[in-house]
Amino acid sequence: MAKQEIRSPLPGTFYRKPAPDQPEFKAPGDHVAKGDVIGLVEVMKSFHEIRSDFEGTLTGFVVDNEDAVTPGQVLAEIES
Amino acid sequence: MAVKVLSPGLMTTIQDMGRPGYYHLGIPIGGAMDRLALRTANMLVGNDEGAAGLEAVFMGPELEFTSDAVVAVTGADLPPKLDGQAMECWTSFPVKAGQVLSFDYLRSGARAYIAISGGIDTPPALGSRSTYAIGALGGVDGRAIQAGDELPLGPSSADAAGKTVPDALRRAPGSPAELRVLPGLYWHRITETSGDRFFEETWKVAGEADRMGYRFQGGTPLDFIEREPPFGAGSDPSNITDACYPYGSIQVPGGTEPIVLHRDAVSGGGYFMIGTVISADMDLIGQLQPNTPARFVRTDMHGALAARQDRARMLASIREALAQ
Repeated sequence: MAKQEIRSPLPGTFYRKPAPDQPEFKAPGDHVAKGDVIGLVEVMKSFHEIRSDFEGTLTGFVVDNEDAVTPGQVLAEIES
Repeated sequence: MAVKVLSPGLMTTIQDMGRPGYYHLGIPIGGAMDRLALRTANMLVGNDEGAAGLEAVFMGPELEFTSDAVVAVTGADLPPKLDGQAMECWTSFPVKAGQVLSFDYLRSGARAYIAISGGIDTPPALGSRSTYAIGALGGVDGRAIQAGDELPLGPSSADAAGKTVPDALRRAPGSPAELRVLPGLYWHRITETSGDRFFEETWKVAGEADRMGYRFQGGTPLDFIEREPPFGAGSDPSNITDACYPYGSIQVPGGTEPIVLHRDAVSGGGYFMIGTVISADMDLIGQLQPNTPARFVRTDMHGALAARQDRARMLASIREALAQ
């Protein structure tokens, strides 16, 4: 078991849902496959999907929904 | 001689010094948002200063070289990697055919300029290779680069690897960023107190910030002087009878969030403009990330012209430093 970090490549606003009235992409404890979307970062009027580079269990989010994020900032942690 | 795009980054566009002369037809000058950075990158690799390079915003592309070349990355601190090995910004380095250029996470700034010896040789449109995506003009088919594109390179002259720009000549915004503004053309529309406050408060770059315009938020809404709306203007106090929009002009729709028009500006419309960011500070805007604090600093025409001369001297110093 190794702890892996998913980072934001972009500055912007982090969202955990595809739209306000839809369920979250992932919740802590969920299984995550490589390439799964775990959230969105909005910048320059567009939404960029954040995908996991790892397979494992999502242990938690490090930033809250709608938080401002910076490039390289850890968004979520995964046990792989 | 070409560069293959393995992944494009967020919005990586081919830019040069733009296409002046068509703004009256609604086609903006375009070109690098941070012109000094692109000029410098070109100098580092032995190109003409106005050669076309790549403007990568927030996130770098992944590029595979099909021939030997010299590369330099300037502007934002977006650290380049060659076959995974870290390289320096503001410094030219040799790349061998088959090697892959990629980038680490952005450390500061917003737009990195990637110059490649020979320059990018896509077909010019209206005298420029700059990508104006909204008008589908220039670049690769009028759009940002995509995975699978092959970017043609021009013939390269000199072997310029190993040149570096002295720290003092690497211009970057401070924090808060300070943008000098010439008040006008509609300064008379707001109260004196409101105008003073506009310059005193610290604003913050909004998420809606791109090549067309940069939006700022966090300051107090403007107080307008009452008026009878002139013919053609709407009832909102921030409306005017349609007028031309200068590059750098600051419109404030509804009096709430100022928007500075940038290289891909719209040429006219019906919002009043509180002032214009001086040409010498336009490059700095291109390096602002969302949420960056920024202040508008009042200047006058003498201040603006002196600042333009300072920029010209800085460019001359860079030329001198890199000519050796």
